[in-house]
Amino acid sequence: MSDSNLKKIIIEPVTRVEGHGKVSLLLDEKNNIKQARLHIVEFRGFERFIKGRPYWEVPVLVQRLCGICPVSHHLAAAKAMDGIVGVDKLTPTAEKIRRLMHYGQMFQSHVLHFFHLCSPDLLFGFDADPAIRNVIGIAQKYPGLAVQGVMMRKYGQEIIKATAGKKIHGTGAIPGGVNKNLSIAERDVFLKDIEQMLEWAKGALKIAKDYTVENLSLAQEFANFDSNHLCLIREDGAMDLYHGNLRAIDKDGNKIFDQVDYNNYVDYIAEEVKSWSYMKFPFIKSLGHEKGWYRVGPLARVNACDFIDTPLAEEARKEFMAITGGKPNNLSLAYHWTRMIETLHSAEKIQELLNDPDLQGNDLVLKGKRREEAVGLIEAPRGTLFHHYKVNKDDQIEMCNLIVSTTHNNVPMNTAVEKVAQTYLSGKPEITEGLLNHIEVAIRAYDPCLSCATHAMGQMPLVVSLFDHKGNLIDKKVK
Amino acid sequence: MDKTITFKIDGVDVKGCPGQTIMEAADKAGVYIPRLCYMKDLTPHGSCRVCTVKVDGRAQAACTQPIAEGVEVENNTDELNEKRRNIIDMFFVEGNHFCMFCEKSGNCELQAVAYRLGICAPKYPFQFPDRSLDATHPDIFIDRNRCILCGRCVNASRDVDGKSVFEFVGRGANKKIAVNSDTLAGTNMSVTDKAANVCPVGAIIKKRVGFAVPIGKRLYDTQPIGSDIEVTKS
Repeated sequence: MSDSNLKKIIIEPVTRVEGHGKVSLLLDEKNNIKQARLHIVEFRGFERFIKGRPYWEVPVLVQRLCGICPVSHHLAAAKAMDGIVGVDKLTPTAEKIRRLMHYGQMFQSHVLHFFHLCSPDLLFGFDADPAIRNVIGIAQKYPGLAVQGVMMRKYGQEIIKATAGKKIHGTGAIPGGVNKNLSIAERDVFLKDIEQMLEWAKGALKIAKDYTVENLSLAQEFANFDSNHLCLIREDGAMDLYHGNLRAIDKDGNKIFDQVDYNNYVDYIAEEVKSWSYMKFPFIKSLGHEKGWYRVGPLARVNACDFIDTPLAEEARKEFMAITGGKPNNLSLAYHWTRMIETLHSAEKIQELLNDPDLQGNDLVLKGKRREEAVGLIEAPRGTLFHHYKVNKDDQIEMCNLIVSTTHNNVPMNTAVEKVAQTYLSGKPEITEGLLNHIEVAIRAYDPCLSCATHAMGQMPLVVSLFDHKGNLIDKKVK
Repeated sequence: MDKTITFKIDGVDVKGCPGQTIMEAADKAGVYIPRLCYMKDLTPHGSCRVCTVKVDGRAQAACTQPIAEGVEVENNTDELNEKRRNIIDMFFVEGNHFCMFCEKSGNCELQAVAYRLGICAPKYPFQFPDRSLDATHPDIFIDRNRCILCGRCVNASRDVDGKSVFEFVGRGANKKIAVNSDTLAGTNMSVTDKAANVCPVGAIIKKRVGFAVPIGKRLYDTQPIGSDIEVTKS
């Protein structure tokens, strides 16, 4: 069959994700899916326009990529700039302040996704009336839950403000350390509410877990595919969202590489470019681009770690791993469960840090011998985030390479879209909004930040265009 | 005993000495007149016009106009503040001022005057000029994107440091700050020079300071520019 006999459906932009992307579905005359792709159609350009800027400006500048988890970029860039100023280990106060900032961010970002972006799909159903399948619908039917989501997000945002100076786009992390500590008064505000946050995090985890267990057959047919998994890992194998070495495992949990110093990431990870997306396609070099792609994010982290060093999250991890007999879980919908395990872990970590007197220390910044090149990695809410810079002798950025979480998840998201299209849409006489939402549900499971992966502006209405096999527009729906 | 000169600013009596400018007398009396190019201890040259006041109905730069007995000065009026907003607006759009990642943010006089005058966003079209950086000096970074051509560095280097490192070149829209060598590294400028410490914006900055001062502790985080002058009011 020639291409002229195919018809095309475009979902543009994909909604309830961070940023702007579109999905194109190519169907033959019998509505069989011939091709399904997630396109990231906007251009980021940050790597180019920070060239020439002074290195100490970078952690503040580059976080402007995003308004949802700018702390990730702020900290990854700051970690790279630690390397540039020759500091390999921060003071205890500086590292703990940064960690507190990071766990606050992880908490608020995961909560935003779970309560505001994905809960309408889980609580109302994938093909429920779109008029209620949204955050307003949640607020009307589950007001208690909606308030929890807002209050939990606020808590995380306030932690970011206390450590970075502002809730969004702060300045707290500077090369070699931080510019402020946490006062006793600031600490006590957070200690007062941490027990409530832990309770709510446990409740959210239960919702995510129960949903997955009760809908296991759905989860097993919905965007279920084997993959490798990649994340940072602590030296003892524990989950560590702020710092560690690289670990990659295959679908069965076998280690592809482990405890790799992330400064050497270019020896292990390569990136491929494809003409139809502004997003690159990273892969594990030793496996090649066909087999070397991998997942990152909460699912990969829970799958790849040996344990979690906080008791409630560790108990939850064990329950999660028991579903697959200790082997990696490859269900896209399981991302929600693991995201809530990490939310609980973040709350436990925040509590641990708030009780640590090092947060009130005054030894904030170190200096070392200046270097020309450095790499900073962090586990962002959506997955492993790479920042790589070269700085010239005049202190100006000469080279920047960013590999963001959503870029790592490029092939998995495309695979998820293809799987769902084949399972639910292929051969159907009519392609309804509910069916198309299945595709968006698959993408949302990865909590992609398309603005980080490229660059996004503007609103996100959904436009679905249906073309006949000659390419003529026969129907168009806008919501 | 020096003669005292009495005049009015916005209807209130202000006393000064012969030879004082309106700006000097106003500062001493605790009356804030918005300004950008003016800096105490540097020769005033009335170039930015932000300090424009009306003296007996005629527009004058407060930083260069001497006081005179019995004159009536208008300062904090809707008409003058609107003109000042227009001038500030033009400063913003004719350069490349990205406050969101500028390390001078919170300590920047241009930003602070804009906030004090209630400017939320510029109303004129951005010019996005192509301006150069000079990072060659080991301790000082010049970012001409942020330069407002106030001339403080020119005056400070010439009159205080005795080096004349900076000078204006070009005219009109092409006017810019140049240094007396191919690059700043080729000059005898030092980070301790007065010229390295007078820039009201982030055009001449000391390297490796960056964002060392946290948000909340910066100069204009908690009180508007001019508050230090107004507290001297008795």
